Amino acid sequence: MKRSKISGIYAAFVLAFLYAPIAILIIYSFNSVKGYSWQGFSLKWYKELFSNELIIESFRNTLIVAFVASVLATILGILAALGVYSMKNKMAKGLIKNVTNLPILNPEIVTGISLMLLFSAMRMRGGWATLIIAHITFCVPSVFLSILPKLRQINVSLYEAAMDLGCSPAKAFQKVVIPEIMPGIVTGFLMALTYSIDDFVISFFTAGDVQTLSITIYSMVKKRVSPEINALSTILFAVVLAVLLVTNIRAIRREKEIERKRAARR
Amino acid sequence: MKFKKILLLILSASLLLCSAVFPAQASETEEYSYDMEYYSKLKDKNVTIYVYNWGEYISDGSDGSVDVVKEFEKLTGINVEYTTFDSNESLYAKLKSGSASYDVIIPSDYMVSRLAEEGMLHKLDYSNIPNFEKYVDDEFKNPEYDSSNEYSVPYMWGTVGIIYNTKYVDDEDVTGWDLLWNEKYSGKILMFDNSRDAFAIALKKLGYSMNTTNEQEIKEAAEELSKQGDVVQAYVMDMIFDKMVEENAYIAPYYAGDYLTMADENENLAFFIPDEGTNLFTDAMCIPATSENKEAAEMFINFMCEPVISAANCDMIWYSTPISAAKPLMDEELASSDIAYPDDEVLSNTERFKHLSSETNQLMDDLWISIVRTNELTLSFWVVLFIICVGVLILVFRNMYIRQKRAQARMKY
Amino acid sequence: MTIKARWAAAPYIAWMVLFTIIPLCMIAYFGFTDADGIFTLEYIKKASDHIPTLIKSIYLAAISTVICLVIAYPFAYHVSRKSYSRQKMMIMLVMLPMWMNFLLRTHALSALIEDNGVINTLLTKLGFEPLQMINTQGAVVFGMVYNYLPYMILPLYSIMTKIDVRLVEAAADLGAGFIQTHRRIIFPMSVPGIVSGTTMVFVPAVSTFVISGLLGGSGNYLIGDLITAQTLGGAYNLNYGSATSLLLMVVVLITMVIFNRLETEDSEAMIV
Repeated sequence: MKRSKISGIYAAFVLAFLYAPIAILIIYSFNSVKGYSWQGFSLKWYKELFSNELIIESFRNTLIVAFVASVLATILGILAALGVYSMKNKMAKGLIKNVTNLPILNPEIVTGISLMLLFSAMRMRGGWATLIIAHITFCVPSVFLSILPKLRQINVSLYEAAMDLGCSPAKAFQKVVIPEIMPGIVTGFLMALTYSIDDFVISFFTAGDVQTLSITIYSMVKKRVSPEINALSTILFAVVLAVLLVTNIRAIRREKEIERKRAARR
Repeated sequence: MKFKKILLLILSASLLLCSAVFPAQASETEEYSYDMEYYSKLKDKNVTIYVYNWGEYISDGSDGSVDVVKEFEKLTGINVEYTTFDSNESLYAKLKSGSASYDVIIPSDYMVSRLAEEGMLHKLDYSNIPNFEKYVDDEFKNPEYDSSNEYSVPYMWGTVGIIYNTKYVDDEDVTGWDLLWNEKYSGKILMFDNSRDAFAIALKKLGYSMNTTNEQEIKEAAEELSKQGDVVQAYVMDMIFDKMVEENAYIAPYYAGDYLTMADENENLAFFIPDEGTNLFTDAMCIPATSENKEAAEMFINFMCEPVISAANCDMIWYSTPISAAKPLMDEELASSDIAYPDDEVLSNTERFKHLSSETNQLMDDLWISIVRTNELTLSFWVVLFIICVGVLILVFRNMYIRQKRAQARMKY
Repeated sequence: MTIKARWAAAPYIAWMVLFTIIPLCMIAYFGFTDADGIFTLEYIKKASDHIPTLIKSIYLAAISTVICLVIAYPFAYHVSRKSYSRQKMMIMLVMLPMWMNFLLRTHALSALIEDNGVINTLLTKLGFEPLQMINTQGAVVFGMVYNYLPYMILPLYSIMTKIDVRLVEAAADLGAGFIQTHRRIIFPMSVPGIVSGTTMVFVPAVSTFVISGLLGGSGNYLIGDLITAQTLGGAYNLNYGSATSLLLMVVVLITMVIFNRLETEDSEAMIV
């Protein structure tokens, strides 16, 4: 299969493109001075990372905000998808879908400024509450939109059958609906998490005195971004990659085994 | 030098131990001692203060230096929530929108007067900041931006000059601000990425005050800046470091202290202050009017004025301190550097930023935007290609999709 | 339909009204008033002076979107033909770079394409002429493509996995070649994914305000930089910033509504 080889090489190229700057970022976390001018190998930024409270704390804040916002956004998104799915009024459905598209279509900077204006009009002091509200707002549409199509794929008879067999609606929901939409929930949650961790613009306008990692990084623009941040990113990268590889290699192996068994049975 | 720092650390640590055992009995025989009676006033009161500083603008414990914030927490029992900002303007936006409240902020000179004028600062109780009287040099008292010294205590100061690479820039070209306009180095010149600093340079080049409110003069400066647009490689802030050290650019205006950092990594870099005069800046500590922990905030400000702390901060960021008593405690090379501490002749030819009226600010902002946004599209080849691509794609989409839909509809019957 | 849960959408609706619709109304309000809250068209007029900048932003973002699409389409197809767990791994690999802060990523990108950066050093070592890459509009496009490529890959991939393999096999059985299969089946069927991917790349690209500054050099100021300069500049003029935001928003919404027309009403997979 020549074609699959070509497309494999192509895919490798795309991944290389995506990871080239990441590699640079990782390499320069071992630089002995700040910035992208190589002056010698050193591990000092890794050592210093752990004593730099500002960075550690902003990283912690980033994780807390991302986690809380994604969980809440997922809950809100599931409910919304269920609600819209069982709605009959076409007009209302269309309206909700259009409103859902607004935060996606809206430039981030507009969302950020508009939320800042709203919070200051409501006399809400910036902080955890405003930051998490803002993050939920731009995360929830992606959760909603990744669950809704999965709901449509559910075979309603299954749900009815469960009820006929004596399940309460809640039980039937738990046994039939939840497993069916689970992939959508997982994707939505992961996307929300990714958006939230990566966000700078909206946080910048709504964070008050809570500092996330991207705000800390941005505040270094008059000086230089400290390689401690590179070190932190490298560690994060290594951890996520390791988890990914371990779980996936196992899954791939299992898949192969199943296939082999199937082949043997034939 | 390192040894001295370590010694100091050990000393201060042992002092802390002593003070825990015998409160308020700080011995005066030690080389350095904090006023324990003063610093333990708020000890077990569970006070938290919010400090808002520039990013990377304090000694944070890296490289074996003093971790100033932690040191203060240990000494006073006050909890510090330390966060950072990127520019005076975003600090102002944050305070003005009321989205956050802080106890100590460190704006630059002109922002201090703006905040004071708009009633956004507390008046300081200098009797609670004894180190101000004791250590801050007289020439930094009653500055123009806070003429009766009611609102601020200076933290760091410095000058703006031109950094250039001696390998590429001929000595005879190093004359004044016009070096930044020199076509010979076209594409290798960097410029400040904010209206205030950029205008200050252009105004100085023309021989005007950088605080002018004369519309004509500002427009002339804008004219100069847009001429400069042809030779400038990029309008940047922190990118200056990498670009200059890696020799991707040869000439850039920046702060004296940052030049010292860059020179450490590339010895071809040199610094000079043009004869036309330059900007002298001071970043000063203030307490916003919304602060509810004024006493603790003043204690923090006082702590930052301790010579040993000021020296530690200088060793980290290489800016200049207004506290001469700190000089013997810091890196000797830095303390004796005539770039960090230029002589009086240079200093007499400097000007501080003043707060401008909002009309002048708006004028500068508008002119600045019109300078940096040039709307020509240099990718003309792409224009054609792109329009063709999109046109074809959209047509293809539509046709295929419609065909598909029709086929589906047919299938249903 | 037997699942009765209409009420479940209520919190979502309330949320969207409170935190999406009302804030947008406030932007509109600020855009049409001055600092004292009195109605004025001054800022809207001033904002419309920046239409050339807006056009330039749209233009660069559109180019980036097309390039993203061209790169992402074969990649997404390749991934969608893999086994399930391999697919999952590839997609996670695409998402992983987004977990690194985008400012850091962009900084690293600039170290790569600087005049004396990694690529040029390699080129000179191999005996080639160094290239002028940074400080051009091409660099801005490059930065946008790099940062937003995953947003194009994800929706394309998820729509492609939904394409029934049997359809593709049937086409092959009926003698359709690789190109014909794509032209007749896969490409038309992935239109909803293309539409949503385009939206998700184009919108953030058009309003970006850091990429242009870090990679574009002088003279590549985009509309996002402009709004930031207005709201966070010396003048702190929220009304001016709001007016420009409003302009940007209206133009983007109109563009996107027209573009979304390509999608029929029934495919709501905007993202996944």
